[in-house]
Amino acid sequence: MAGPMKMRATLAGGNTEVRVLMTHPMTTAQSGQPLHFIQTVTVKQNGKPVLEAQTSQAVSRNPVFSFRLKGGAKGDKIEVSWLDNKGESNRIEGVVA
Amino acid sequence: MNSLRRTLLGALALTVLKPFAALAAWNNDAFGAKSAQDALKGIGATGAAPSKDIVIEAPQIAENGAVVPIEITSNIPGTTSIAVVIEKNPFPLAGKFDFTQSALPYVKLNVKMGETSDVRVVATAAGRHYAATKEIKVTIGGCGG
Repeated sequence: MAGPMKMRATLAGGNTEVRVLMTHPMTTAQSGQPLHFIQTVTVKQNGKPVLEAQTSQAVSRNPVFSFRLKGGAKGDKIEVSWLDNKGESNRIEGVVA
Repeated sequence: MNSLRRTLLGALALTVLKPFAALAAWNNDAFGAKSAQDALKGIGATGAAPSKDIVIEAPQIAENGAVVPIEITSNIPGTTSIAVVIEKNPFPLAGKFDFTQSALPYVKLNVKMGETSDVRVVATAAGRHYAATKEIKVTIGGCGG
């Protein structure tokens, strides 16, 4: 089952580094299990969408992504959300440390 | 079920589903493609020119095909999109990342690889496509997960 997310957003070299973990089975058509995988991931910075990803079943189980945003400051609000092929979704919100 | 009820349910479904569709419609054609060429056609990224400005960091040999870390940076100015294509996977297109505003054309992710394959990264900048390729050898395939 799809479960909790974890996120860390930090300033590194003048940019914002976002690392996010999603608990998700990401099962493939080859696995013999029902196809179940995250299809879209959206990153928002202070409420504005800055990154939209479309993903396939080839992303590993419990996906971990790193993204980089130009500049940024401590306290910026970062939100990451996902939606899978079964319509399940989850989101996490945090601030840049 | 009578037709009025069906119409109402249909309208309700549209109302509920529409925000997600507007967010980022998943590209069924491209992700369902069984060849790298068709996948790239599906996202409108054919005819990419080879570029040394796309940096792919990944292990040369991946012992476990279920978790292959790939780190991608595009140094091409104005890059708005990066697509990751694992040529020999049953469905080659692994992901497409669209960057706007402050997002830098960079992504690190873990992918599954069924066997040794070229991994092709296509970056799009100002409507033009650029590609770089790296071969990753896989000891144990990881598509059963």
